[in-house]
Amino acid sequence: MSTTIAAISTAVSSSGIGIIRISGPESMEVIDRIYRSKNGKKKIKEVSTHTIHYGYIYDKDELIDEVLVMIMKAPRTFTGEDTVEIDCHGGVFTCKKVLETVLKNGAKIAEPGEFTKRAFLNGRLDLSQAEAVMDVIQSKNEYALKSSMEQLKGSVHRAIKEIRSKLIYHIAYIESALDDPEHISLDGYAEELDSVVGDIQFQIKHLLDTAEDGKIMQEGIKTVILGKPNAGKSSLLNLMVGEEKAIVTDIAGTTRDILEEYISLHGITLRIIDTAGIRDTEDIVEKIGVNRAKQIADDADLILFVVDSSRKMDENDEMIIEMLQNKNAIVLYNKTDLESAVDIEMLQEKTGHPVIPISAKEERGIDELEEKIREMFFTGNISFNDEVYITNARHKEALREALESLNMVEKSIQMGMPEDFYSIDLMSAYENLGKITGESVGEDLVNEIFSKFCMGK
Amino acid sequence: MSGKTLTENYDVVVVGAGHAGCEASLACARLGLSTIMFTVSVDSIALMPCNPNIGGSSKGHLVKELDALGGEMGKNIDKTFIQSKMLNCSKGPAVHSLRAQADKQAYSNEMRKTLENTENLTVKQGEITELLVENNEIVGVKTYSGATYLCKAVVLCTGTYLKARCIYGDISNYTGPNGLQAANYLTDSLKSLGIEMRRFKTGTPARIAGNSIDYSKMEEQFGDKKVVPFSFSTNPEDVQIEQKSCWLTYTNEKTHEIIRANLDRSPLYSGMIEGTGPRYCPSIEDKVVRFADKNRHQVFIEPEGLYTNEMYIGGMSSSLPEDVQYAMYRSVPGLENARIVKNAYAIEYDCINPRELYPTLEFKKIKGLFSAGQFNGSSGYEEAAAQGLIAGINAAMEIKGQEQLILDRSEAYIGVLIDDLVTKENNEPYRMMTSRAEYRLLLRQDNADLRLRKKGYQVGLIDEDTYQSILRKEELIEQEIARLEQATVGTSKEVQELLEKHGSTLLKSGTTLAELIRRPELTYEIIKPIDKNRPELPWDVQEQVDINIKYDGYIKRQMKQVEQFKKLEAKKIPENIDYSKVGSLRIEARQKLEAYRPVSIGQASRISGVSPADISVLLVYLGG
Repeated sequence: MSTTIAAISTAVSSSGIGIIRISGPESMEVIDRIYRSKNGKKKIKEVSTHTIHYGYIYDKDELIDEVLVMIMKAPRTFTGEDTVEIDCHGGVFTCKKVLETVLKNGAKIAEPGEFTKRAFLNGRLDLSQAEAVMDVIQSKNEYALKSSMEQLKGSVHRAIKEIRSKLIYHIAYIESALDDPEHISLDGYAEELDSVVGDIQFQIKHLLDTAEDGKIMQEGIKTVILGKPNAGKSSLLNLMVGEEKAIVTDIAGTTRDILEEYISLHGITLRIIDTAGIRDTEDIVEKIGVNRAKQIADDADLILFVVDSSRKMDENDEMIIEMLQNKNAIVLYNKTDLESAVDIEMLQEKTGHPVIPISAKEERGIDELEEKIREMFFTGNISFNDEVYITNARHKEALREALESLNMVEKSIQMGMPEDFYSIDLMSAYENLGKITGESVGEDLVNEIFSKFCMGK
Repeated sequence: MSGKTLTENYDVVVVGAGHAGCEASLACARLGLSTIMFTVSVDSIALMPCNPNIGGSSKGHLVKELDALGGEMGKNIDKTFIQSKMLNCSKGPAVHSLRAQADKQAYSNEMRKTLENTENLTVKQGEITELLVENNEIVGVKTYSGATYLCKAVVLCTGTYLKARCIYGDISNYTGPNGLQAANYLTDSLKSLGIEMRRFKTGTPARIAGNSIDYSKMEEQFGDKKVVPFSFSTNPEDVQIEQKSCWLTYTNEKTHEIIRANLDRSPLYSGMIEGTGPRYCPSIEDKVVRFADKNRHQVFIEPEGLYTNEMYIGGMSSSLPEDVQYAMYRSVPGLENARIVKNAYAIEYDCINPRELYPTLEFKKIKGLFSAGQFNGSSGYEEAAAQGLIAGINAAMEIKGQEQLILDRSEAYIGVLIDDLVTKENNEPYRMMTSRAEYRLLLRQDNADLRLRKKGYQVGLIDEDTYQSILRKEELIEQEIARLEQATVGTSKEVQELLEKHGSTLLKSGTTLAELIRRPELTYEIIKPIDKNRPELPWDVQEQVDINIKYDGYIKRQMKQVEQFKKLEAKKIPENIDYSKVGSLRIEARQKLEAYRPVSIGQASRISGVSPADISVLLVYLGG
């Protein structure tokens, strides 16, 4: 294993501290590049193994976080390789920033299950565990693929596909001219390609910028608000969104098919699903149908069940309570400003979930709700898989690498290199973008050559 | 049949005397094995039934590599070419590619002479109808006349002859190319051995009488002023001959109209042809249909040789009926009065799915049975010859109990060719293309000798002297590069003047000569006047020094990729692996792995339908 890999190794949301793990031969070099001790003098390479060091992570001159760094040199580590663990201050944002800094400084993002795989291959795990390791790899991979696709917004997906089809066209053009120089000429082509590459570089930079804003990927605790008509779902939503401390990322304007709202509670992001359904009809179940609602509830990390305490429970409520089984849920005992028709203790017993009395109308109980969510979040009741972050980081890395390859093309053009050099780096840009959309190269090029260009005898 | 039949013993039987068969036979015989080569007609040895040239983009690379390993094609074309061109000269050195027009008859005759003068080699006319296999091991072959040839290995190089059928319009003949006898029995023998057969198709344009062509309406295409030989062992002086010209003309709207009006009479569109044809070598009717927006296509008129005035009409292969062919060819400027000597036709033939083969080109199911060329689903003389050589070498290595020769994708185009054939889903005759070689900056035609001479030596096809000279060459290159990386020049007047003369930025301070060579506008040759300590070096050493310094950055990057690639190639998968026992493999991956049975993790990773996660799972399984 020659590469050095890194990933967030705690489920990001389950604790106040996030751990970034780095493993591989260059682990010490990587951490040395980004770590500064308090007096700025300590060199990680020189410290003894299995020691912990207080200090800071810097991305060049920008302070990222105050951290504890644990140094473990091979072979007495989980993977059997040189390993560094960075304990940072948790919070999704900080963890990701630290990971990105690590990646920018020489580590590669770990494949799903890769730490375990290395541990096994380096003889750190028992042979009898092989089967289990393989299961982990395959299932993590499937999850990562699935979540990767889920995270990618439709518009971004389309943009990347478009860029790829442009790239493959130009690669195919160059290649067919190389294969059949008497039929296809490359005279004056360098200038044309230069401007195409310029456009694509611009587009990728833009995608990277939006990735920084978090707009490409949709993250957060997938939350669904359920409740019978007029239980007060939309008032609750408006209240949460409208709070001063809440940050709303309005992305509905960019694509029509995204019906989600983002709410940030002290570093925890809630991703409210199907907000349009809540807002338009006040009845998500009715609008989208029972099956779909069940599916959404199944997918959700957290369900907020809004109960109208002023009306008797009916079959709608019963149906929703069924959906809450084995899920993370909070029951909101709404309309405390009105006379009660539902027994709060009975409700708790029946649902098996915490009940918080609120009045959306009078804006009461919201602090308690947020407190509850935070509590669940930090104690690890609600967690969403670390793979989500891995795929995010992978997307970004792929974009960065694609951009780097295009910079090489630009350089080759400027230096007046022959055309066959261009297509080598164009191809690696194409491959990297394919990692984002989950498409491998296969016979793409050969197919493109034959379908677009007339070759041969 | 009477009870008495002939029985003979050989080490190796080669079936077919085309470009694959010739290389396979020569390799085996030269490696000291008694070899017999069968052909349906000894007068058609090394026949070129389609285009009259050898080489071209990436195919030229194959010939150079073949030559470096000890093959014959390069030497044979050097003796018989009538025009030669280095293609892609304006592009990078990796895609420079040599192509020569051959005198077809001379090519065939020269090859026959070589075969006949090779020790241990018997050439025999006859059709092989049956393979004799015992316990999944080849033991011999049977001919149509009932004779038995017992042997230790068989190399099948049947080309386009198996159940061949030639077609144009509604005319179809059950013959091989050029009216030669087809081989109609071997397919059944193969099938009965459990080998899956499929049907491919290819085609060729008409040949037109040269004296019926008006060349004044065409552009003359000359050969290179200074010809570079194909073979590393040919003296460059010997190939500076008087060359024949080719000619360029174009189809036009009228041509296309004639074709469109008669499409319903094409066997391709009427469904009469069932075989899968190659997309890279489309018939003219295909081009007109698929590229309807193009109002003209190039037509190259190429001589078939010095012995004849027949001209090959490159770019206009067809299977349209005879009358349409006349009308269509005669609509092309310069061909108004053309007399067709041989009609264009399409040909269908049986071949295998090459995933039945190991990268050694031996059948997985039958020990000692090898195959090469169009029979393996490839196309082209060069592709065939390259496989023929490898199959021949490996048959010989197996018999001798020596290590077999597998070239990987980072070592040779031949490696790419064979790996693609045995690893990738392939539904048309496979042609080599430069875009298929991912490490092509390393796989240049100029360094084929440096890449492969040693392998040829290890196998036993390259002699000691040649081997020693390649070691010397390597050393000279290394020394000269090291010298240039060290040698510095200052801002002297002489240096600045030379830079100015070649439009290069003047120096502000001293630099190394290597740095100057890296500038796109300068070369090793150009800076000679300011390189005071330059030793006298052969031109081919100078060429390597120049390329290696100039493209140093790119070459190093590819070498890094190759390192990664090699790691996975080195992880071998045991031959007897039971994929059903590997838990966690996805079903699709398991089926594909079962069908291809890759030899290494690297090969497994290139099979479509096998994901990186499946590869990780395999690694874990094997790592235990």
